[in-house]
Amino acid sequence: MLIKKPQDIPPSEITPPEMYAGRREFLKAAAALGGGALFAGPAGALVPPSGKGTPITPVLDTDYGDELTLTAYEHVTGYNNFYEFGTGKDDPAEHAHTLRPRPWSVEVDGECETPGEIGIEDVLRLFPQQERIYRLRCVEAWAMVVPWVGFPLGDLLKRFKPTSKAKYVAFETLLDEEQMPGQRRAVLDWPYREGLRMDEAMHPLTILATGLYGEFLPNQNGAPLRLVVPWKYGFKSIKSIVRISFTQTIPATSWWRLAPGEYGFYANVNPEVDHPRWSQARHRVIGEGLFSNKRPTLMFNGYGEQVADLYRGMDLAKFY
Amino acid sequence: MIAVSRAEVGLRFVLKPLVFLLCLLPFALLAKGAVQGDLGANPLERVTDVTGEWGLYFLLITLTLSPLRRLSGWAAVLRFRRMLGLFAFFYISLHLLTWVWLDQELRWGNMVADIAKRPYITVGFLAWLLLVPLAATSTRGMMRRLGRRWKSLHQAIYVVATLGVLHYLWLVKADILEPVILGLVLVALLAVRWKPRPLLSRRKVPPSASEAGSGYA
Repeated sequence: MLIKKPQDIPPSEITPPEMYAGRREFLKAAAALGGGALFAGPAGALVPPSGKGTPITPVLDTDYGDELTLTAYEHVTGYNNFYEFGTGKDDPAEHAHTLRPRPWSVEVDGECETPGEIGIEDVLRLFPQQERIYRLRCVEAWAMVVPWVGFPLGDLLKRFKPTSKAKYVAFETLLDEEQMPGQRRAVLDWPYREGLRMDEAMHPLTILATGLYGEFLPNQNGAPLRLVVPWKYGFKSIKSIVRISFTQTIPATSWWRLAPGEYGFYANVNPEVDHPRWSQARHRVIGEGLFSNKRPTLMFNGYGEQVADLYRGMDLAKFY
Repeated sequence: MIAVSRAEVGLRFVLKPLVFLLCLLPFALLAKGAVQGDLGANPLERVTDVTGEWGLYFLLITLTLSPLRRLSGWAAVLRFRRMLGLFAFFYISLHLLTWVWLDQELRWGNMVADIAKRPYITVGFLAWLLLVPLAATSTRGMMRRLGRRWKSLHQAIYVVATLGVLHYLWLVKADILEPVILGLVLVALLAVRWKPRPLLSRRKVPPSASEAGSGYA
């Protein structure tokens, strides 16, 4: 499938070429200084690692989001919604050290020919890791740009040979109060659950992420394996996945169960369909100052060209 | 020179300015953060949360004063009521201003629509609106002019605090712990007002008598 670049990115989100060139210059300089060994992809094109985590090698470069301005590492890893570690935005960074992302395995079951388990080391060995720079739009009307490392979810799903009965894919986060102390409070019905329609799950934009900024995922970002669906609100991108199930019927997802009138199964970014309590027409960009303007939110978070076909003929105000 | 007691001097020139500065602290920290660009990943959220929370805290603190006086017998507690009430108005006005200016970016049509269709905004706005006449009539002169009506007017603070807690409760996504705690505090503060009153008035204890501190013996 040919993946075209989206045409609806506002000029305000495009990094000026001189800055962009600057990034490449920086990378070249870093490589010249001996940091080159860290970048296994085409030289100079990958986002430099933060230096705070363990680098993933090799990582292949892709064109996804090359034109976007990255959100600073400190914000990507310090401003998180991960209620398993507390409901404050800085709780996950502070408390997620209790999570043990190794050893880790994911159970794959349901409507497939070869159900089974796959360990995180096998995931990293079997699926070439790529860098994908994606916009992330939270349902709370803020947004980030994150340089993920990961691989298409579809590649993993195909290995388990889903049958024709598999219409949806359901995901579950780890359930363990010791590792995830936030689960001691019944803020949500644990474990966290999410789901996608089969065609959404197989879409090439949908990835399982193993890292960000060239390094393995910090615990607070959903180590060791999380979903990233860039055209949907952030809560769809479930973290620290331990189970993936192919199902015939639509899976009950966590936020939908809590407030079905506010969080739908699809949760596609849509500036025209408001959350009942706030507008989704505009959003804040994380890392910008107090007095900076909000940005207009784009249909499907700017990925409409690639994904709008999935929803042709559907009333998106009804299937929000 | 007029003889003023040392306690009065201490209250007027030490304690009151101290409390005033203390009340200003959350604002000062926000202002400092705003100037230094150090308000975290989402500065708008920070300013909205801090001003809203402190507005609500000050409403509740203001409501603790008269029960506090009854418990401690220290009449001077009430002399902080106006200042604390006005700080509640100050922080809630900042909260509203943040919404109008930074969140809604002066889109007046949007704001009117939001106030009309989103219940937590409706009650929040209503709470601020009710506070305006209270702040405007907080001077000694207005107190004198309004006489007994002043007291009935200022009982609107109970409604304001209730709307404030409701506003908080309705806006959180899932974790209702904090608004529920504040709600329980409010219920307690309202309860102590309604219950012991007839008892006290029946015994006709002059306020000064309780200052002896032997009332519980």
